[in-house]
Amino acid sequence: MSEPKVTVCCTVNGQKVEADVVPRMSLADMLREELHLTGTHLGCEHGVCGACTIIVNGAPVRSCLMFGIQAEGAEIRTVEGLADGDTLSPLQRAFWEKHGLQCGFCTPGFLMLATWMLEQPEPVTEERLRHVLSSNLCRCTGYTNIVRAVTAAAKEMGKWAESAAA
Amino acid sequence: MAGLPDEPMNWIGRNIPRLEDPALVRGEGRFVADIAVGSRAVVFVRSPVAAGVIRGIEKPDLPRGVLVITGGDVAALKPIVPRLGRFNYVAIEQPILPRDRVHYVGQPVVAVVAPTQREAEDIADAVFLDIEPEQAVVDLDSAAGPGAPVVHPMAPTNTIVEGRIRTPGLDAVLAESTIVEIDVRSRRQNASPMETRGGAASFDKASGRVSLHASVQMPHMLRTGIADCIGMPEADLRVVAPDVGGGFGQKMSLFPEYVLLVWLARKYRTEVAWIEDRRENLIASAHSRDQHHIVRGAFDGQGVMRGLDVEILANIGAFSCYPTTCGVEPLMALAEYAGPYKVAEYGTHARGITTNTAVMAPYRGVSRPVVSFALERLMEVAAKRLNIDPIEIRRRNLVTVFPHRTPTNMVLDEASYLETMEKAVEVADLPGFRARQQAAREQGRYLGIGFSVINERTGYGTPAFAARSMEITPGYERVEICMTPSGEVEARIGASPHGQGLRTTLAQIIAEEVGVDVQRIRIIHGDTDRTPYGWGTFASRSLVIAGGASKLAAGKLAQKLKRAAAVLLQGEESQVRLEAGMALIPGGASISLDTIARTVYHSAGPISEKIGYDLNEAATYDPEGTFSNACHVAVVEVDAETGNTRILRYIVVEDAGRLINPMIVDGQVQGGVAQGIGNALLEEIIYDADGNILTGSFADFIPPTMAEVPDIEVHHLATLTGATVLQAKGVGEGGSIAAPAAVINAICDALQPFGVQLFEMPATPQRVRAAIRAAQETSP
Repeated sequence: MSEPKVTVCCTVNGQKVEADVVPRMSLADMLREELHLTGTHLGCEHGVCGACTIIVNGAPVRSCLMFGIQAEGAEIRTVEGLADGDTLSPLQRAFWEKHGLQCGFCTPGFLMLATWMLEQPEPVTEERLRHVLSSNLCRCTGYTNIVRAVTAAAKEMGKWAESAAA
Repeated sequence: MAGLPDEPMNWIGRNIPRLEDPALVRGEGRFVADIAVGSRAVVFVRSPVAAGVIRGIEKPDLPRGVLVITGGDVAALKPIVPRLGRFNYVAIEQPILPRDRVHYVGQPVVAVVAPTQREAEDIADAVFLDIEPEQAVVDLDSAAGPGAPVVHPMAPTNTIVEGRIRTPGLDAVLAESTIVEIDVRSRRQNASPMETRGGAASFDKASGRVSLHASVQMPHMLRTGIADCIGMPEADLRVVAPDVGGGFGQKMSLFPEYVLLVWLARKYRTEVAWIEDRRENLIASAHSRDQHHIVRGAFDGQGVMRGLDVEILANIGAFSCYPTTCGVEPLMALAEYAGPYKVAEYGTHARGITTNTAVMAPYRGVSRPVVSFALERLMEVAAKRLNIDPIEIRRRNLVTVFPHRTPTNMVLDEASYLETMEKAVEVADLPGFRARQQAAREQGRYLGIGFSVINERTGYGTPAFAARSMEITPGYERVEICMTPSGEVEARIGASPHGQGLRTTLAQIIAEEVGVDVQRIRIIHGDTDRTPYGWGTFASRSLVIAGGASKLAAGKLAQKLKRAAAVLLQGEESQVRLEAGMALIPGGASISLDTIARTVYHSAGPISEKIGYDLNEAATYDPEGTFSNACHVAVVEVDAETGNTRILRYIVVEDAGRLINPMIVDGQVQGGVAQGIGNALLEEIIYDADGNILTGSFADFIPPTMAEVPDIEVHHLATLTGATVLQAKGVGEGGSIAAPAAVINAICDALQPFGVQLFEMPATPQRVRAAIRAAQETSP
């Protein structure tokens, strides 16, 4: 039963890594099982819930829908890379302060998607925030405090703009 | 309504950021799939047919290290058989793996064990189940009707549980009143926690014990249930609920998969793990709320509801859930139908009907989202029929005098049913809304407002469960508290949180009593080796019951510390205050609690006569229960062309008594409302006539996203009653109980010009359009 493996070289959270994976292994499984980065969670494994969202080459990606071997040479960022040592990122801190999480299972996906959004040149309005983050599911919070947390982080980072409708 | 005088309010009532969160926002939580990495994988082959006879199971050639386990291999395992002592309950046996018949699509039939998930899935694909299909019964009304196929031979009418109640004066009231009858249908739900079910069982060769880490809400109960099925000493099993990614009731019950994991680990002296995928969760974990109610309200000319007569059918699925039994839905509806309303005369006939569908189990609110949907729709329809304003008809019927005894003998403690509604009317600016609604209608836009007034039975202990005649009566909670020699406080609790923030709120309660910072308090939960027997987390109970026990245990610890301080400071025990980690007496003398702790353990001599040799205390709390309450308001716009509903504003005015951490309370309410919005508009598990499930992915079963759920405003009233030691009431379920009625009342209000009345949820765009079409066809 030994399936042939392929060596994948990529950068994860700034570190060069290598993993020997079977070609059918998803990128999410590669991160979790081969690189022991279990902060990336699997909620549906069919690309709907967004819990496994990571940033690959500057774009948000559902890591359950990508193979590990497709990450050859890629720059990958996961939830484990958000904090700077003991210092949480402004977004992580906002999720904490605004009670933007309850069970915490969907949180890494929301954090990665929102981190990506906050790094884009366009300012964040409530409309854009809801439009982008509506691609992820949370079952605990009712989203209200996720919106408040991302809004607070955007304001702190100077990325917030009142929407035209407001 | 304010806090009690003379009581320092340092920790209670503060929005302390949760102690749980730093690890979770770093991705350093420890969920069961994280623990399972590297274990041998278990994959279940599940029945592809809803009813049938197993003729044979063909296995492929198995590589070394791969096991294929069938019902014949586990014939020695006892089935899961929850029991109920009355209500004509028929005990049905759920096999761990079936040997002769299958009863629903998704039932586990074969377990494959392989070194990796991939290999296990490959083998599972190659296992062939030779099952001769039989006629399945899926639909609730058909299953309850005459001539239906029989699911279990011991229940020839498919009725597994049946409750009746009828007050003596009901018939007279029905005869002399205006009868408003509605026919209410709730379609099947799936709680859909973001983390699916899963377990990792590992055998320890040195001790002969098995540890099961599992994503569950009731670890102690699970341990007893598994040990019973396997016939192993319970003491040789440790169950741990690590970080649990939501549960909402779905993770309360004992499932065959967990029994099998422990059996495998023990028999093969190994480590095995099963992590459910989303499809399995949608088709084969617990479902809920497939119910049909016929409700007859008897109103007098003033709109006072003098009687209520209800027929309840609940689809319980193929087996009865353990430990609550399948009575949980129909009997809760029977007991709690009157909600916050005065109902003098009451009758119910409630039946739980078995079908060839997935097993029903409690889901946040259990039957009450359906009950409040029915009652609040009834109020609207009655108001219209009797030409009374819908708010006014509620005013005339809400309970305002407390305590109030319901027709089913529950006692409603002091609450604010009327006050929350009046406040909600004010916050929503009802007159202003009516003006906007009129203006919008003139532009062909349909806005609507919907109200829903509910009460939520919370924090109930063993008396309430005993009243249902359950063989197993959950309810009490025990907290064992200890100050370590270094001065930290450890509290071991039987409750088992999974997102509710209990580590923070219980720490606040203990900090208040003992006078230490929350940062120095550790709440230890979810591990049967480290915590006292308890019932886990469900039924909006943990803050009230485990919190109450925490307060009592911490109070005892505080007393002990004061006694020790009095000895060491040579003062009066009654004059010692504990504050900010210090024990102080009038006149300025003080000693740190750390010093007291070190002295008690390490220099026991002088004070052991007064306080013994440790700083351990414990308390058990088993309350009668209390009722929190709320009024919800939804403002919607319905697109009459597409049937789509957009929620423009959502307001909750709730009363949970004393709030320990208001931010966490708001989060519970908001999360419940979002699930209620899903229930009202989107979520439905659909079977075809043969019992195949058509909604096996999140593309078909659709939980709401940030695009559907608006900002949820929460306002608080605080009725402090003596029903619980904390003066707190539970809030975990109220959001999901009230929201469906508020949303669907709003849709009906929006579609008033069409005369549309909806009695089925979810009110999907298809159903709304169908109702508009039907209304247009019948109107001249």
